[in-house]
Amino acid sequence: METVKDLVHNPRFRSTLSWIALALILIGLVAGTFHTTKKVEYIWRWEQIPRYVLFKDSDLIEAQEDATVIALDRDGSDTVIVAANFLDEEQYYTVPSNLVTVSVGDEIRSGQVLAQWERWKAGLLLKGLILTLEISVLAIILGIIIGLFTGLARLSGSPAPKWLAIGYIELIRGTPLLVQIYIFYFFVGQVFKLSNFMAGVLALSVFAGAYVAEIIRAGIQSIHRGQSEAARSLGMNYYLSMRYIILPQAFKRILPPLAGQFISLIKDSSLVGVIALVELTRAGREIGTSTFNYFEVFFTVAALYLILTFSLSMIVQFMERRFAVSD
Amino acid sequence: MIDVRNVYKTFYSRHRVEALVDVTMQVDKGEVVTIIGPSGSGKSTLLRCLNHLETIDRGEIFIDGIPLTDSRTNINAVRAEVGMVFQSFNLFPHMTVLGNVTIAPIKVRRRSRDQSEGIAMQLLEKVGIPEKANSFPSQLSGGQQQRVAIARALAMQPKIMLFDEPTSALDPEMIGEVLDVMKTLAREGMTMCCVTHEMGFAREVCDRVVFMDEGRIIEVGTPERMFDSPDHDRTRAFLAQII
Ligand SMILES: Nc1ncnc2c1ncn2[C@@H]1O[C@H](COP(=O)(O)OP(=O)(O)OP(=O)(O)O)[C@@H](O)[C@H]1O
Ligand SMILES: [Mg+2]
Repeated sequence: METVKDLVHNPRFRSTLSWIALALILIGLVAGTFHTTKKVEYIWRWEQIPRYVLFKDSDLIEAQEDATVIALDRDGSDTVIVAANFLDEEQYYTVPSNLVTVSVGDEIRSGQVLAQWERWKAGLLLKGLILTLEISVLAIILGIIIGLFTGLARLSGSPAPKWLAIGYIELIRGTPLLVQIYIFYFFVGQVFKLSNFMAGVLALSVFAGAYVAEIIRAGIQSIHRGQSEAARSLGMNYYLSMRYIILPQAFKRILPPLAGQFISLIKDSSLVGVIALVELTRAGREIGTSTFNYFEVFFTVAALYLILTFSLSMIVQFMERRFAVSD
Repeated sequence: MIDVRNVYKTFYSRHRVEALVDVTMQVDKGEVVTIIGPSGSGKSTLLRCLNHLETIDRGEIFIDGIPLTDSRTNINAVRAEVGMVFQSFNLFPHMTVLGNVTIAPIKVRRRSRDQSEGIAMQLLEKVGIPEKANSFPSQLSGGQQQRVAIARALAMQPKIMLFDEPTSALDPEMIGEVLDVMKTLAREGMTMCCVTHEMGFAREVCDRVVFMDEGRIIEVGTPERMFDSPDHDRTRAFLAQII
């Protein structure tokens, strides 16, 4: 009896037990998922997925008319085949140099294949991933700029900037992002003739800006008042004391909440699918409707989002470690 | 050099606090003035008004003939001529000691980095810690930090130095090293305004002592007269408490 009691209170035994429990839970989850899909008679076709990321496409160039090759001009790694028809009208065909099969003086016929090659092309999922990345990066950059100025305005002593900032922050935080995206697309987009892409990026930036502003405000307020007093007493103006004294110190504290905000932003970018931007989630939906492989597609989509958010986390952790050096 | 005329300052936080009431005071070039008084008597407020960290409600303040109360005055230019040393040091924790001492000369005075670092090293030499130039403030003792803060203020080559209880956050064994630096400055002819209860310092280098209570200047005199035979009962009561 005593030995059992000892064992139960042994920290190493407890930790081992906990690891075993974790393994069992994970195995249980996988088995459960597997069992569930059996129940709904779902046929897994994972082999369908890779071609939506990358696929091999064959390209060929055909002659448009009967003609005679009169010159081969090299242009970097490509070669331009110059051919003249019986009216001496010139035609140009650009093909990779290593695939040129004709020489000067050759007759070519209409429809003749001048060159044929295969190459890798981005599938819908990869295109969606790239679009999501582009939208997110732009929205993060713009969001930081908007957030910085709004945060500073929010802390301003004069009423105009302060209340404009408060109004903007409350407006954005009090309305759904989906509605903001529609407003940017249908209203702002129409008025300023914005593309879908611009409307989406701006909606996300303005949304992120409001949250970033609050994070930056809190960061600046967390710096002891003595710091700005010391800077100002040395004759530094508002800009100099912010730029060299306050913001560098605030930045370190702002970084973790900012990272959380931007991870949310990457995930929120899935909402711009509603304005006909085929970002990652929408790409998944489109593949799903045409193949009915919803399970595999959305597991893949989730994994791709994880890659983006996890990379961002890693970058921020690296930056935090770099900045931690100075104290 | 410093000319304070009928200055009033009231804070409205939870209750109304009259921090300064009809304060009038002059400090000449090269003079060293010590301000004493009980806690909450307005000493810090007066000092902070001198470089416009607080705005005043009524009255006038002239620094080297320039009116602080005039809206056309470039406050930053005036502050560059007035160094301030705080009770809590307020060094910039994200910069080295050298960075702390050179940042203002480089950014405000637009001096070259080489020249600023040269001057900074001379000043660190003067306050006795040249070997700490590349340390961060968190690696220094309180006394060393306060000496860096003094060097940082001096690097702007100010005409006036303000000290707000520079030694009251320090362990007793470190007070001497900071006071020594202040004494050296005083002997070199710096115009100084110090809030401090270090009577030894006041007696040794101070020209006049100002006693404040409840926002008012109660009396002013040489250290000998103030400490040995003060006119007012309140001064006497205060001095009896702190000695
Ligand atoms: N920013 C502020 N807001 C509200 N009240 C203030 C503020 N600063 C100072 N006071 C009040 O003004 C009065 C004078 O304060 P001050 O700091 O000048 O006193 P002091 O003489 O420096 O005291 P101590 O010796 O404790 O530093 C105090 O009653 C204080 O509570
Ligand atoms: Mg004080």
